[in-house]
Amino acid sequence: MTDTTANAVHFEADHGHDAHHHADHKPGFFVRWFMSTNHKDIGTLYLIFAICAGIIGGSISGLMRWELAEPGLQHVQNWATMLNHSVGLPNADLDQGRHMWNVLVTAHGLIMIFFMVMPAMIGGFGNWFVPIMIGAPDMAFPRMNNISFWLLPCSFSLLLGSMFVSGGTGLGAGTGWTLYAPLSTSGSSGPAVDMVIFSMHLAGASSILGAINFITTIFNMRAPGMTLHKMPLFAWSILVTAFLLLLALPVLAGAITMLLTDRNFGTHFFDARGGGDPILYQHLFWFFGHPEVYIMILPGFGMVSQVIATFSRKPVFGYLGMAYAMVAIGVIGFIVWAHHMFTVGLDVNTKMYFTAATMVIAVPTGIKIFSWIATMWGGSISFETPMLWALGFIFMFTIGGVTGVVLANAGVDTTFQDTYYVVAHFHYVLSLGAVFSLFAGFYYWFAKMSGKMYNEVLGKLHFWLFFIGVNILFFPMHFLGADGMQRRVPDYADAYGPWNHVASIGYVVMAGGMVFFFINVIWSLAAGRKAPDNPWGEGATTLEWTLSSPPPFHQFETLPVVD
Amino acid sequence: MKTLLKLAAIAAAFGLAPAAASGQAPAPAAAANQAAPVAATAPGAAQDANAAATTNAVAPPAPAALAPTPTIGQPDGRYGLSDQVTPIGVEAAWFNDTILLPVIVAISMLVMALLLWVIVRFRRAANATPSRTAHNTVLEVAWTLIPVIILVAIAIPSIRLLAHQYSPPHADLTVKVTGNQWFWEYEYPDNGIHLVSNMLSEEQDRARHEPRQLGVDNRLVVPAGAVVKVIVTSNDVIHSWGVPAFWVKIDAVPGRLNETWFKVDRPGVYYGVCYELCGARHGFMPIAVEVLPREQFAQWVASQGGHPAGARPAAAAAATSAPAAGETGPPAAATNAVAEAAPASTNSSATR
Repeated sequence: MTDTTANAVHFEADHGHDAHHHADHKPGFFVRWFMSTNHKDIGTLYLIFAICAGIIGGSISGLMRWELAEPGLQHVQNWATMLNHSVGLPNADLDQGRHMWNVLVTAHGLIMIFFMVMPAMIGGFGNWFVPIMIGAPDMAFPRMNNISFWLLPCSFSLLLGSMFVSGGTGLGAGTGWTLYAPLSTSGSSGPAVDMVIFSMHLAGASSILGAINFITTIFNMRAPGMTLHKMPLFAWSILVTAFLLLLALPVLAGAITMLLTDRNFGTHFFDARGGGDPILYQHLFWFFGHPEVYIMILPGFGMVSQVIATFSRKPVFGYLGMAYAMVAIGVIGFIVWAHHMFTVGLDVNTKMYFTAATMVIAVPTGIKIFSWIATMWGGSISFETPMLWALGFIFMFTIGGVTGVVLANAGVDTTFQDTYYVVAHFHYVLSLGAVFSLFAGFYYWFAKMSGKMYNEVLGKLHFWLFFIGVNILFFPMHFLGADGMQRRVPDYADAYGPWNHVASIGYVVMAGGMVFFFINVIWSLAAGRKAPDNPWGEGATTLEWTLSSPPPFHQFETLPVVD
Repeated sequence: MKTLLKLAAIAAAFGLAPAAASGQAPAPAAAANQAAPVAATAPGAAQDANAAATTNAVAPPAPAALAPTPTIGQPDGRYGLSDQVTPIGVEAAWFNDTILLPVIVAISMLVMALLLWVIVRFRRAANATPSRTAHNTVLEVAWTLIPVIILVAIAIPSIRLLAHQYSPPHADLTVKVTGNQWFWEYEYPDNGIHLVSNMLSEEQDRARHEPRQLGVDNRLVVPAGAVVKVIVTSNDVIHSWGVPAFWVKIDAVPGRLNETWFKVDRPGVYYGVCYELCGARHGFMPIAVEVLPREQFAQWVASQGGHPAGARPAAAAAATSAPAAGETGPPAAATNAVAEAAPASTNSSATR
């Protein structure tokens, strides 16, 4: 944890114009950002990476809403032709246009999950604030931290590169983010799916290394007096998330390796012809995939808890219940996976079990929702931008949660499975849940990370436009799904036209909100007011607010003592 | 006889899965791939399979195709569930609309009301000094136990619905549904009928007054009031056969025979789609089920060159001899025989 840049002295830029405090002695640009071992710099890299990936993934959803705005196929064939031309292929035919749609769906899902939400929450805010919140000088394994990050751009390059090689019908992998066999094996010739599999291997390795790092850090590097039961809830959420990552991702790695050997080496794990079973893949995938959805939301729970407590000027209500509710959600998250597979032909007893187990998750989730409200109850609440996002999170996550209770019923899911009702459900918990918590965290910690205050007016404009936009975008999808509209199609029966049109208008409103976000970030970084150590006042009680904004390059060289 | 035919159906399910090994054709062959299912529906090819013993000239006329109802059996841009026409659908829609929906709306409203209350009552201007309360055991126990009670109340009708879905009455008709990239095949093992169902083009939809994106050339035809057992499998990748108005959705998985059932009393046309991503034309392999009064169904069976269940016409005799040979010969024999009886599309995928 001490001087990890000792061997890099030759690369240092000349900044001897004033005397640096030892703790603030930064290496030169290349060493600082490309060979980084500093948890805050790596966190910043993760956040920049997540924003870039979010721009790409969000633009892809814009393309999809553009195509879906009207019934009929309007644009996909042109986009496929553009993609074809970029690698010197002739104009795309209609089927390649339709395949293009599947490529967009696949890319949007994978990018948003693996390259936007996870890097931002765990790699970004986790790296930045877990060591500070527990009073540690850095992560336990700073070099491993560095490789965790740099595996991600490699992984992302493979994913983006897969769009320019053949995936069967056309360029790119059109399997959906779930990569179901046999569509991803015998159903997709060409190297695109192989590249996606390797991309997932790298992203998974990155996350596993990160998880090991967080678990070790949190268990071994807490400041004197910082017991587990005094740890801020955000650190708790990252701890639980790290365990989920550590246990779930190896299963994904195994499953996609089996896909790879089925594709290239003649094995038949998922091929009925050789005694394999396509459904086995789905069991393995969702054994990873369900914990994965909690991986995407638990750090959000943690961030929202910090924000609510700060702006209510009250300690979190029912702290232990909040912490152990997250542990319970993590544990139960591993035993509900087959609710993603209610129509594959499970027997009735299996369905009854997974129905009951899934509904149980509503209990710890309810504890969290009510505890947040109880935290505000009796508080002295101010409504700065982070608090708006946190309030929006609670309500939107509730809506996404209750439709989850509907979908948990296997008998009801018969008709909702693979319809837009499901799309609405998981966008309410992710696009309106996880993303809201990300923005809450971003505005909450922007001053701490950058040393500059963001602009409150622009932040509120961003919130309101985004909030209105995503609700117009995703709420009508409940209606589309109840009326039977299937997922992952570029064209649909004409009766679905009006609600799809409304949803696409919602996208435009949301995108308008994002404009204010980017203006705000650029303006604040360039000309923002200098941030004080603690801009939020007495409610902000965690250790990061005791440091300067931005914190010194190495903090806590003398460990703080928590009483 | 019936058993033999069912055996043939099962053999077809397992035999055809390997035959469809090839999966998706690479891009350059896409045009040929597209042509295959179309060829299969040309009069010659289709009739060859369906009506080996009868010629076009002597086949009895089919009953006039039913016209779809605009609000039943197809989407109409509504806010809620499709009108249900099966007993399971009626029960499930009741469960959703009368229990689940009010409960989730009430919970959402409660959370919203509490949020609005704390926003107004405990804003800094109205409450400058925050309390330090961080525990209330009674409250915490209450908001743990009350959700448990609500969930148990939901679980009882939910489990009952599942039990009903999985205890079908004795089947009056069995249909085997096979998913293909990108069309459906329907077999009536007891009637000796085999259909290939392709999506219509937009021009054909207009000409036949079918809803765009949902019309097919050959509908699955079943009798009204009959319990229809549906055996579902796939020849290539996973598809999902779903009809919203029936509350039916079951994945078509290669190498597996999945089963579901429905019983519809109201004659009419009911549309569905493929619900599992299955490649480029996933959104372009719709389902149309035509429920006919019983007498008309018999007429339809005859028009397709089929025979009443239990009868043994010449066409079926030839078909049933194949599985018999398959019992002693190598398994490939059964596969080939079934493939021969299937239309050109299946043959082409078998040889590819």
